[in-house]
Amino acid sequence: MPVINNIQELKKISLEIRKDVVRSLAEAGSGHLGGSLGLADIFTCLYFNILNHKPDNPDWKNRDRLILSIGHVAPVFYAALAHSGYFNPKELMTLRRLGSRLQGHPGKEHGLPGIELSAGSLGQGLSVAVGLALAGKMDKKSWNVFSIHGDGELQEGSIWEAVMSASHHQLNNLVALIDRNCVQIDGKNSDVMEIEPLKDKFQSFGWEVMACNGHDHKDIIATYQKAINRKKGPVVIIAKTHMGKGIKSIEDDYHWHGKPPKPEQVNAFIKELEQNQ
Amino acid sequence: MFTLKQLKPTRFGFGEGLKSLGEKHPNVVALGADITSSVSVNFFKEAFPDRFFSFGIAEQNIMGAAAGFALGGKIPFATTYAVFSALRATDQVRISICYNNLPVKIGGAHAGISVGPDGATHQALEDIAIMRTLPNMTVLSPCDATQTKRATIASVEQVNGPAYIRFGREAVPDFTTEDLPFEVGKGQLLKEGQDITIIATGHLVWEALQAAYRLEKQNIDVRVINIHTIKPIDEEIIIKAAQETGLIVTAEEHQIYGGLGSAVAEVLVKSNPVKVNMIGMNDQFGESGKPEELMQKYGLTSAHIAEKIIEINKQKR
Repeated sequence: MPVINNIQELKKISLEIRKDVVRSLAEAGSGHLGGSLGLADIFTCLYFNILNHKPDNPDWKNRDRLILSIGHVAPVFYAALAHSGYFNPKELMTLRRLGSRLQGHPGKEHGLPGIELSAGSLGQGLSVAVGLALAGKMDKKSWNVFSIHGDGELQEGSIWEAVMSASHHQLNNLVALIDRNCVQIDGKNSDVMEIEPLKDKFQSFGWEVMACNGHDHKDIIATYQKAINRKKGPVVIIAKTHMGKGIKSIEDDYHWHGKPPKPEQVNAFIKELEQNQ
Repeated sequence: MFTLKQLKPTRFGFGEGLKSLGEKHPNVVALGADITSSVSVNFFKEAFPDRFFSFGIAEQNIMGAAAGFALGGKIPFATTYAVFSALRATDQVRISICYNNLPVKIGGAHAGISVGPDGATHQALEDIAIMRTLPNMTVLSPCDATQTKRATIASVEQVNGPAYIRFGREAVPDFTTEDLPFEVGKGQLLKEGQDITIIATGHLVWEALQAAYRLEKQNIDVRVINIHTIKPIDEEIIIKAAQETGLIVTAEEHQIYGGLGSAVAEVLVKSNPVKVNMIGMNDQFGESGKPEELMQKYGLTSAHIAEKIIEINKQKR
């Protein structure tokens, strides 16, 4: 797939993805708006710049593997897949409906192209990414594994089992990204269960830690490129994001973690997204 | 008539099966959970050190990583004690492995009360119940070391998706032969009989056979069926036994809730309801003791099975 380097163009794609996230969630009547908007810029950079993939040949054997551990942000994942060519964006409006290929959390068996792993039970994706990266190294494959995690998800103990094993096995073909929006369903991470000092934690487990502004396309791409081109060990990118990014009235408000927009809010939200671009 | 060849732990059969798979299938890999020798994964590790990956004491991670290996085109074996592989990491097994329908093979070692002195914490008595409710999962519970080797090989060569293979620690009678066909999903009629049927799994199959041979002298004609595949279960052989012998006894080293007994009852209630008497652990935890002492105390020997059959047979008349 051709790589898009033009930042203005990437921003436009992010806007379209955000608009579809709002529309599809309003149509579904349930789902996770906050995190999906917060990850729109990162998913744009991945699917239009960083990932080596072929939307018209989803099973292409040399593709990079994207493991979405936080399945609840499926709306932004689906929108990125659709806009990069895996399927017609019109299908986004079937989200969460009976018989849809767009399950509430990604489910491969329903046939949507582009899903590497059916997932959504928090704390499992990094383990899968570790196994997949080891299989790739075993066969000296050129592809990389990119995993996407939430910050609240780091409260799961199994994540730290996986963190330990990734450095033990020196997985230099694994890049994890933490969506650091600092909130979860019950409130701020620091009130629910403190996860800091995050950088120290990962470093003490033998990981290289990088940081980026998760809404700055140039920074996201530069950080990913630095992460891909390193020589040894796993790397984690702590991406600072804002839940609900693009719609001021909901930004950073944890009440919007698992809520869809109401149908009467859609026009105002889309207008605001266009103005804030 | 089946005769005792030797006493041999079923875990050795697993280790031999795994090694033989390694020779034939270059994409088979094994993941270690610290207890590699104890669960016989060292057979594979020593033969194929480059295809063995250590994960330490972290069962949730090992199951997730196994799913990742499978996504990467491998056939991974994730093996640890059954209490951990079936219970500690159940959510990983359910979502990362079963929901994705990946060819991960899970070894459930040291299953049952016969683990002995380690006591209740390490005696897996609920694993069959949990594993058999997971969609896409195949559940194998072979009866001796020879059959465990066959089942291990079959878990790769006959099963495309995930499989759970249950085996034990102690040396138990090894009595089946290599030429006894092993087909996943097919029960085995080991002894004909017309009065009553014992359906058993794991090493209680040997105890069931001994009970049946003993009862011949008392003119009770007992049929013995080995269910080495708990899921998918062989409905035909079970229904036929119910129709022809009228009474069923099940025997397993597992809780009577949710295990083989329940699986057999589920088959019979919908097509041919007969009385099913279940021998197993009666909703209780085990304890420390020598394996044979525990089998005695909890009523899992051939003598107990024979006693039960005599009692039931009286009621029949």
